[in-house]
Amino acid sequence: MSLLERHRNIIDFALSSLGRRWKKNLALTLVYAFIVFTLASVIFFTEALKREARAVLRGSPEIVVQRLAAGRHDLIPAGYIDTLKKITGVSQVKGRLWGYYYEPSTGANYTVVASGDPLLAPGTIAVGHGVSRTLNAAEGDLIPLKGTDGAYVSFEVARVFSHASELVSADLIEMPAADLRALFGIPEGYYTDLTLKVRNEKEMVVVADKIRLLLPDSRPILRDEILRTYDAIFDWRSGLLLVIFAGAVAAFIIFAWDKATSLSMEERREMGVLKAVGWETSEVIAMKSWEGVIISLTAFFGGTLLAYVHVFFSSSLLFEPVLKGWSVLYPRFQLVPHIDPYQVLALFFLTVVPYTVATVIPSWNAATVDPDSIMRL
Amino acid sequence: MPGRKSDLFFIVVALGAAAFGLMIAHAQHRNENAGHGLKEKAMLVERLGLTDLCLFTDARYARHPSMADLHTAFQDSPMSVEHFPSGTLILPPPHLRPR
Repeated sequence: MSLLERHRNIIDFALSSLGRRWKKNLALTLVYAFIVFTLASVIFFTEALKREARAVLRGSPEIVVQRLAAGRHDLIPAGYIDTLKKITGVSQVKGRLWGYYYEPSTGANYTVVASGDPLLAPGTIAVGHGVSRTLNAAEGDLIPLKGTDGAYVSFEVARVFSHASELVSADLIEMPAADLRALFGIPEGYYTDLTLKVRNEKEMVVVADKIRLLLPDSRPILRDEILRTYDAIFDWRSGLLLVIFAGAVAAFIIFAWDKATSLSMEERREMGVLKAVGWETSEVIAMKSWEGVIISLTAFFGGTLLAYVHVFFSSSLLFEPVLKGWSVLYPRFQLVPHIDPYQVLALFFLTVVPYTVATVIPSWNAATVDPDSIMRL
Repeated sequence: MPGRKSDLFFIVVALGAAAFGLMIAHAQHRNENAGHGLKEKAMLVERLGLTDLCLFTDARYARHPSMADLHTAFQDSPMSVEHFPSGTLILPPPHLRPR
């Protein structure tokens, strides 16, 4: 009998054996698939988000300069622009006006930014889809915003940012700089922070050092640091991943440990009978290994495919409550899928291999004992 | 011998592998067609000078983590401890952490 035919016979028997305890094995496969699903969802979600952040934020300012006063971010005087322009290598310095607006009726926080190019007409605003959703406002509608003097000012919605851009624009309200100053009471001659363009990207660190020397109350933030922020947020050591990963890994360890340390009486007796009717120890172990492979492969395929559908077709529905926190406004976005073969392989070796090994160890112990003593148990 | 249980197992494995292949092909296809959407977001980021993704809107240091400093999580009042759920999920940006 060829090796292939021998193993096919063993698989036939392993499937029959699994079928005899189908309720237990189905429950086992479902739990196992759920753990794989959780881990794969986290991997797919974070990897896609990190890639998207890198692609989208490449256009963010090369250097942002903030002013700190008593440990707090403070308005920066326009006079700083001239100081920064004098630094060799700096090609452009612009003031940025932005802030947050809390809308009491909905409980949502919005990010208000001064209009870029092309400029909006006075009294008009462009809003993100999230703002439009929470306020039920469409193009042409008026949105009243409360100014620092307590009076409400109505702004006409000139346009709503596309749904496709929600990942960066969901909570945005873009308005003319003069309107923003009037709304928040920011005096002329001050900005929220400054943005710099540098002629040679390699000089950014040197320019940042010069900024710290010339303006000791300021804090430069480099684009590279902005880009690395999202790698760090979704790094496996970050809170989000650690919580989900730790839970799933702990569940898997308990699960594999239980499998490794226990073999039901029925299973032991079955192995005794097999040995008594002439099966070799290696054949019994092969049968148990195939049982492990069948269960873990089914769970791996099922869990990973479901995770893909969850993250890239249902917009990570199950992660939404975790990410939402206390946010009233939450962006609805669909990530561009990215599958890193290395990560899928790592997931495979971290789940399928330990489980299969965990199945073989107790089987080895049981299969090497005298069949007569097992059947008498 | 037709109709053996092992045949079913091999069919399931083949189907699983095919579904994996489809998944990778789908990801590739979506990646190739994602250029327009990514470009639109990148243009908005460049036009308005944006620095962060809109993922958390409850706390300002979670809305703009790259712009936060080490004090932001605790600056609501002198005795305030960090209390936003999103604040527990994200680490401070790498440029604020000791190297």
